Amino acid sequence: MTLYEVEKSKKVKVIKLNASYELKQRLISFGIMKDAVIEVLEHAPRKKTIEVRVGKMRLALRAEEAQQIEVEEI
Amino acid sequence: MKQQNINPEACPVTAKHIKVALVGQPNVGKSMLINSISNAHLHVGNFSGVTVDKTEVLFDYKDYHFTVVDLPGTYAFTDYTIEERVTHEYLCAEDYDIIINVVDSTNIEKNLQLTSELLTMSKKIVIALNMSDEAEKEGILIDEKYMSELLGVSCVKVSAATKMGIEELIDTVIEVYEKPKQEPKLVFSEAVEEEIEKIVSYLKKHKYKAVNSYRNVAINLLKNNKKTYEKLHDDPIWTELQPILIEASRHIELHHDTDDIKEAFAEEYASFNRGIVAEVVKYTADERREKKSLTEKIDAILIHPVFGIPIFLFFMWGLFQLTFTLGNIPMEWIDGFFGWLGETIAPTISNDDIRSLVVDGIIGGVGAVVLFTPNIIILFIGIALLETTGYMSRVAFLLDGFFHKFGLHGQSFIPLVTGFGCSIPAYMSARILKNDRDRLLTLFIIGFMSCGARLPVYVLFAGAFFGQDMAGTVLFIIYVSGAILGLIAAKVLKMTAFKGVDEPFVMEMPKYRLPSFKLIWHTVLTQTIMYLKKAGTFIAGAAMLIWFLSNYPHNELLDQEYSVKIEQAATSEQKREYENKLAEMQLEQSYLGRIGKLTEPLFEPLGFDWKMNVALQAGLAAKEVVVSTLGVLYSMGGDVDETSHSLAENIRKHIPFASAVSFIVVVMVYLPCLAATTVFAKEAGSWKYAFYLFIFTSVVAYVLAFIAYNVTRVLVGG
Ligand SMILES: Nc1nc2c(ncn2[C@@H]2O[C@H](COP(=O)(O)OP(=O)(O)O)[C@@H](O)[C@H]2O)c(=O)[nH]1
Ligand SMILES: [Mg+2]
Repeated sequence: MTLYEVEKSKKVKVIKLNASYELKQRLISFGIMKDAVIEVLEHAPRKKTIEVRVGKMRLALRAEEAQQIEVEEI
Repeated sequence: MKQQNINPEACPVTAKHIKVALVGQPNVGKSMLINSISNAHLHVGNFSGVTVDKTEVLFDYKDYHFTVVDLPGTYAFTDYTIEERVTHEYLCAEDYDIIINVVDSTNIEKNLQLTSELLTMSKKIVIALNMSDEAEKEGILIDEKYMSELLGVSCVKVSAATKMGIEELIDTVIEVYEKPKQEPKLVFSEAVEEEIEKIVSYLKKHKYKAVNSYRNVAINLLKNNKKTYEKLHDDPIWTELQPILIEASRHIELHHDTDDIKEAFAEEYASFNRGIVAEVVKYTADERREKKSLTEKIDAILIHPVFGIPIFLFFMWGLFQLTFTLGNIPMEWIDGFFGWLGETIAPTISNDDIRSLVVDGIIGGVGAVVLFTPNIIILFIGIALLETTGYMSRVAFLLDGFFHKFGLHGQSFIPLVTGFGCSIPAYMSARILKNDRDRLLTLFIIGFMSCGARLPVYVLFAGAFFGQDMAGTVLFIIYVSGAILGLIAAKVLKMTAFKGVDEPFVMEMPKYRLPSFKLIWHTVLTQTIMYLKKAGTFIAGAAMLIWFLSNYPHNELLDQEYSVKIEQAATSEQKREYENKLAEMQLEQSYLGRIGKLTEPLFEPLGFDWKMNVALQAGLAAKEVVVSTLGVLYSMGGDVDETSHSLAENIRKHIPFASAVSFIVVVMVYLPCLAATTVFAKEAGSWKYAFYLFIFTSVVAYVLAFIAYNVTRVLVGG
């Protein structure tokens, strides 16, 4: 399952980042890495962008980026 | 702070200089912290080579002379944005004594990720636990003594907002500065510690000479730190060390199930930090209940899937109104003032050429620079409000879907809309785009949004060729087609010049905060000074250049010939006619006029005569000039405006409809004005880009105008 498919207000755990080197660094710098717990908060119109919570921080990411984050339910 | 004798003026000769680098993630309150040091001297400048503003404060405290540099916020050393690059480079290459790592106490774990990276840098560090007022309110208790002990780094609780702990922070900085450097206690997993130990014992065995501790060298080697690598690469022990390193990296990567050592280290830091937080942060019962925070409540409205965008559009409309209605009031005063200044000074200068240079060239040029300042200030206040309240990221969140289709970014919306008012603040507001490529692309298409200065040209031509009832619709069509052209241009640029993978869009949505007056004042002041300092000199120079081209060479014979005629004129009407004729003749033989004539063949396919050429080329300086130049050239005198009835009539008589359409197309697309182009170059980071912009807009304008001219000719005839 990828982060993109997760429903609103569900919590998931990151298993793997299937991203390019650059995006991976970016995600990691925001705390999205293996074992991090992510909660999906909101979808922008037409689900082009999603808002998630990692720890206490809220993040926005594009659908494309969310699709590169492999997660599992907890 | 205040009761201490911090005196920025007198620096005792014996004083020691301490240079402090202020580092932290975005929005942790670095700027506010710098501001809360009262009586400090503020220095505004640029980081070398880039457009990132650099703020420094200088102050004296006890026997020390402090320089504190506010480095741009960075989440990690990833070099993703210019800001991050600037900070990273500064920390690695510049000369400074100590780092103050500013940390948001309400979100320690995330902030410590950067701290961990700083700890491997072998620099003296003090951690400022900022926002402790907010943390207290949220029921977060931090044991900073224990934290200092665990990290091996002094931690001080401060609040930039309430000015609590600032003095203690500076005392701690002095204390750490005076003491020998302490090794921070960064503890890794067993696998990593094992490898560190191996490398350390190897370095020990070979008595490797290092400035930093062996442990530090080992960590940096494992982390693939470039500098450490380069240093050891030239050392004889390298041949033996290299296989050890390769083996160690393999081990660590295996341990973390990744092929990326940076990822492995990030995970190491994260688990270390989780441990620290578990030890030193306690929550009162209140916090753990996870009640709905204020931010969540506001977000429920502001990023609502349906109402979010209309609400934002309303805010934008408000900002826009303010910028260009409220801004117009002082603009009139400024205009009036420089007009008065010119008139007052003119009679005191007897030499014609010098008078013209001073009054039209210098005063006019400087006036043009100052003229835009109210707009810019209001716009900057608006942007500072959007940014410090945390709303800006919500805007990007809402609009990114639409703009991404055209290769733009959600935040591109703000500079683009501002572009309808004036391109100068629009170019400057593109700074909110943190990524180089997004910003450049946005900068390139801002010009397609017709700025206010082009309105007079549109009004003149719409009035000349259409009835009153139709003119409004025509204007609307011009504006909308400009915007659509801009989006298409963005798409085309994205597929050609800016080709490549999309920049990732991962952005923090910070907590909502009430804006701080002092912080906004400080930000706006900094940016305004930068505008006046940097762009000002160039804009004034550009204005003087155009003044020169349109006034020289000056034909004395024409003057003499016409002064006789003017004197002998029977009616005042005739007199004015002669004056206009003189102005026209002078302009025709000026450098600008000559260029217009010379380029006639080039613009013939667009249906322009030399007069239209001159008007357009003068319009490169400023669009306001287009109308007044047309006025001169169509013998109506220089003081006409777009509502002048007879000018519209003359234009209808002399310019074929198809040529007029093509003229409008060029005005819509080509460079807004010299001042804006100067600002563009500053914001894009190089004059090279201004050159590209010139080529790009000129080619697009030419091609589109050519098409428009011929299509109109076929459809309407003429
Ligand atoms: N409550 C509180 N707010 C603060 C404090 N320091 C900064 N802020 C707010 O945090 C936001 C970000 O501050 P700023 O100085 O721009 O952060 P920077 O990005 O690190 O320079 C602003 O809205 C400040 O008003 C603090 O100590 N307490
Ligand atoms: Mg700041």
